[in-house]
Amino acid sequence: MTNTTAAPPEDTGVAPPADHADAPGWISRIAEGRAWLFLIVLVLVFEIWSRLSFGATFVGSTYNWQSIAIFTTAPLLLAVGETFVIISSGIDLSVGFTMGLAAVVAAHVTNITGQTLPAPLAVLAGVLAAVIVAGIPGFVNGLLISRLRVPPFIGTLGMYGVARGAAYLLAGGTTVPVSGNSFISTLGNGTIGGVPWLVIITIVFVIVMHYVLSQTRFGQHNYAIGANEQAARRAGIDIRRHVVWLYILSSMCAGLGGALYTARYTAGAAQAGEPLLLDCIAAVVIGGASLFGGSGSILGTVAGALVIAVIQYGLVFVDVQPFWQFVAVGVVIIISVLIDQLQRRFSGARQDE
Amino acid sequence: MSNMNATPLLEVRNLSKYFGAVRALNDFSMQVDAGEVVAVAGDNGAGKTTMIKAVSGVFPPTGGEILLKGRPQHFASPQDARQKGIETIYQDLALADNLTIGGNIFLGREPMTKMFGFLPVLDRKAMAEAARETMKRLDFHVNRLDAPVSNFSGGQRQAVAIGRAVYWDASILIMDEPTAALGVPEQRKVLSLIRQLKAQGRGIIFISHNLQDIFSVSDRIIVLRRGVLAGERKIAETNHDEIVKLMVGGA
Repeated sequence: MTNTTAAPPEDTGVAPPADHADAPGWISRIAEGRAWLFLIVLVLVFEIWSRLSFGATFVGSTYNWQSIAIFTTAPLLLAVGETFVIISSGIDLSVGFTMGLAAVVAAHVTNITGQTLPAPLAVLAGVLAAVIVAGIPGFVNGLLISRLRVPPFIGTLGMYGVARGAAYLLAGGTTVPVSGNSFISTLGNGTIGGVPWLVIITIVFVIVMHYVLSQTRFGQHNYAIGANEQAARRAGIDIRRHVVWLYILSSMCAGLGGALYTARYTAGAAQAGEPLLLDCIAAVVIGGASLFGGSGSILGTVAGALVIAVIQYGLVFVDVQPFWQFVAVGVVIIISVLIDQLQRRFSGARQDE
Repeated sequence: MSNMNATPLLEVRNLSKYFGAVRALNDFSMQVDAGEVVAVAGDNGAGKTTMIKAVSGVFPPTGGEILLKGRPQHFASPQDARQKGIETIYQDLALADNLTIGGNIFLGREPMTKMFGFLPVLDRKAMAEAARETMKRLDFHVNRLDAPVSNFSGGQRQAVAIGRAVYWDASILIMDEPTAALGVPEQRKVLSLIRQLKAQGRGIIFISHNLQDIFSVSDRIIVLRRGVLAGERKIAETNHDEIVKLMVGGA
């Protein structure tokens, strides 16, 4: 048998290779806060603009911030779920109409249960029903993508149509008002210490999702799958199971968004989330996630959603024609992707995409 | 035990794998002892990959037996094989580039701790600590334990993949072309890593196209051709020419 003693490691005569990871520290740190930096610049621009044109303050007005915060909630709720999906290198196009479906369900269930239950419980039932029903399209998305190997883009595009049709059918083609329930408008429009209920709920939810993404195995595996699905599979992660839960999570975020929409307008509408799909994907991308997967964070997405809301609200505030909003948001998306590319080049990270 | 020596760490007996009419591997036997590096060579399509995949649990063999320390095994999955101590280090590394060294070592079995006494969170400190320890055991110095592995060089990444196997105490390491796509100094570093694994008493199956690397670290070499064993030699008793002849056949 072989009895060769192993050579000591020194005999290769090779110094330990230099550590490559030292140089780009500050660059990557700036890149992480990119969206927040952008937000600050944007707010300053609107402040100067508003002072020069109207002699009024933009930043100093609490009303502005309240409006921006409420404006941010719906796209942010969708974007939080979308962040998980995009990090895993998928995409969920169905969230907009899942939100609409959930809004209609919330309105119906609140009305029906309101006949027997006290108002707050009826609202709770409506919200729970909305979130649970929203999970169904997510579950189907997850099965299509993980079991039947349907590309996420196509699978969720199909579900976009199905959820849209289901929402309109359930709503009878119209909006569904919630009647005789005073609690729901408190929830949707009331404030506590000047902070709207909707904003408080969204903040709590975002903190929980930040925890899930950054501190749990589910979050860790999500990053791994996005970077190298094969590596994750070889490491023993049950990818099919993960992907099903991932898309359920995404549509349940949309479900909560739909329920809160119903609370805000005391009515559910199938088209509730229609204009939000692109906004939510934009928020994720502006927030620093790569559409190739593997990177992104909830905090970045929060900044991304705020950037979009500030642009949209700010342009109205300084009295620019509303159509410029589309142009501005589009330009911001392109700029953030360009900055992302530049940063990758300078940080010396491997560029294999 | 029929063997005079200690039972081999890994023994493969009459292993076959057919894909329809294609006999990718036919009646193949080999064994690996503790502290032994066995090289497997062969042309493309000779059956090396099929053999690795059968031994590491990717698919069940059509026939034959796999024994670990004398006990017959039936691996249900690569995870199953890994739990029993067979770790495969793939050519494409199988690392998640966006995670830290610790994140990669613990991928799929992350340690958890409690924040504020009740909230379960990933124990990143324990992961970093284990990463530092493991890389030190491999004599590999990396001081950025919070950096994603995409920031590291090819050799360092290879060391992370090996580190994962070492941390989980694999007794058999299957290494598929571990020196391919590396610069010369890094190739040497990886070869010295292999010698260290050998000194730790692990069994290593080393798949390579590079005869120079094979001759510098291996104890034995097994040559496959068209799915069958073409020859087996002790490194000390053979030379490049003989191995090449075995690989290409009796031309």
